[in-house]
Amino acid sequence: MIAYVIQRAFQALAVMIVVSLVSFMLFNFVGDPVDNMVGQEATYEERVAMRDNLGLNDPFLVQFARFVGNAVKGEFGISYRIQRPVADLIAERMPATLELVIASAFLSVLLGIPMGIYTGIRPNSWLSRSILVGSLVGVTLPTFVIGILLIYIFSVGLGVLPSFGRGEAVQLGWWSTGFLTVTGWKAIIMPSVTLALFQMTIILRLVRSEMLEVMRTDYIKFARARGLPNQIINFGHAFKNTLVPVITIVGLNLGSLIAFSIITETVFQWPGMGFLFIQAVGFADIPVMAAYLVMVAVIFVSINLFVDILYFVVDPRLRADKTVAAGN
Amino acid sequence: MIENQSGLAKINDLAFRIVDSDLFYSFSRNPIVVVSAVITFVFIIAATFAPWLAPHNPFDPASLDLMEASTPPVWLEDGMSKFMLGTDDQGRDILSTIMFGSRVSLIVGFSAVLFSVFVGVGSGLLAGYLGGWLDTVIMRLADVQLAIPAILIALMINGVVAILLPPQLQHEMAIYVLILAIGVSDWPRYARVTRGSVLVERNKEYVAAAQVIGVHPLFIMLRHVLPNIMGPVLVMATIGLALAIITEATLSFLGVGVPPTTPSLGTMIRVGNNYLFSGEWWITFFPCTALVTLVLAVNLMGDWLRDALNPKLR
Repeated sequence: MIAYVIQRAFQALAVMIVVSLVSFMLFNFVGDPVDNMVGQEATYEERVAMRDNLGLNDPFLVQFARFVGNAVKGEFGISYRIQRPVADLIAERMPATLELVIASAFLSVLLGIPMGIYTGIRPNSWLSRSILVGSLVGVTLPTFVIGILLIYIFSVGLGVLPSFGRGEAVQLGWWSTGFLTVTGWKAIIMPSVTLALFQMTIILRLVRSEMLEVMRTDYIKFARARGLPNQIINFGHAFKNTLVPVITIVGLNLGSLIAFSIITETVFQWPGMGFLFIQAVGFADIPVMAAYLVMVAVIFVSINLFVDILYFVVDPRLRADKTVAAGN
Repeated sequence: MIENQSGLAKINDLAFRIVDSDLFYSFSRNPIVVVSAVITFVFIIAATFAPWLAPHNPFDPASLDLMEASTPPVWLEDGMSKFMLGTDDQGRDILSTIMFGSRVSLIVGFSAVLFSVFVGVGSGLLAGYLGGWLDTVIMRLADVQLAIPAILIALMINGVVAILLPPQLQHEMAIYVLILAIGVSDWPRYARVTRGSVLVERNKEYVAAAQVIGVHPLFIMLRHVLPNIMGPVLVMATIGLALAIITEATLSFLGVGVPPTTPSLGTMIRVGNNYLFSGEWWITFFPCTALVTLVLAVNLMGDWLRDALNPKLR
């Protein structure tokens, strides 16, 4: 197991090195960083001094090492657009995005898994059929169309939910939360549903197909022959064995929730990192773009690593295989 | 016999082969797929011949009249019979703009898929057939990219290339940049599937036979292995087309895709979204419907193709 974890960790490290290299090259070679920091009137001498100061004349590897060192400390320079440290901007925006992502993840898992189990156990009931037809909508409608639709129904039409922002936020230390106010709860409903719908559909379909597969196996027939109650068969025997692929997908989807939150945040003008990023793309604000890329990659890679390790805990076969392999 | 065939007979022969195939049989037995195919076909025709078929030319400033701006669809009060689906904030006919917009969406979608198929299948073939360090390099690269969601990659590439271009070229090149961004964002999926299939094919006897008689490896890859792995690639490409159209619409909706001067469906939705609160729902509703219909039709065809080409389900 340790060998496996180390191998995975090395892979994660490799991904991080490549991503930070890309982000470093973005930072240094796209546009002239000096141009973006000094004013229009700066003389040539001032620019040269600035270049020396920033270490832009050092060898490539030295510069890259310094970039990585700063990135580890969370320093990504100063935003061209807002003229404030990128680290501060991201720290301000992160709670909003994470709360949105966590709410959506909960929503998609809490709705997706039960519906998947139900449609897997009773594939022919009318409820299952309507759930499946409905899930087709979730796959086809692009995220932003769902958002627009919800805004049109609940904000323009019924006028019950706010169409933008995250309501009143309460400051808890450096973390600002919207979960403590009524307006905050109201504001997160539509964005989290929008973000969750697609992931929920994927989870639902996955659980369903896995359940259908498991229900056909001999050990389920045997459990029935033994006269076990349905509840134990469905949850204790069948569902437990669908968990491995489900955990993978849920884990990986957490990452794509962060990516797709860019769209949701734009539709609902949610003051999170995704909204910050899309504004940065519009203004060619390279430090923010670079920092966002590195940060999303860190989150992604750690989730992947975590999911890989979780396999061992959930699936005893993997452990057994490895011991057999080691024994040979 | 084949040499003496006339052109017409050849076409006849081909038509017979198509109609007689298993694929066509399964196609004609599935009404949903037939409808989807018809819808896709209508979209392609309407988009291709938009300059001739569209009732108005929305890009001719002379034909626009601000007095006719924000006209509702024809069946509502104040609707005008010459604007079936109403007009937008600048007096452009929505139906015509949708036709021109689908053109941009379809061009970007098809080109991006072609790009990723070319790069993905090419690198997958090389990696799978030749193996060795090339295989390691290509597949590690694919792994790294797969670690980051495609939409983020497309956004990054799009943003960076736009910065690198001189400002006067940015609008003209926007479509090509978009094709590149979406195309690059999706190649690893094709590379993985292709490599997997090639690894299976490589050990079959026909490949060994070709190798023994000294056929050039490149020729084996392209003429012998490639045709045998086209099934899964075709299925992925169909679903990839739906994905590429959505990605393009998303980027344009976020305001980093096609400029409003040559709107795609996504750009139209973005513009119309600003008028949702003033009650002009049709500016964004009809482009949304068009986008969803097109994507749904392509997706359904992809689903069918996957089942139809799957030997296990025959």
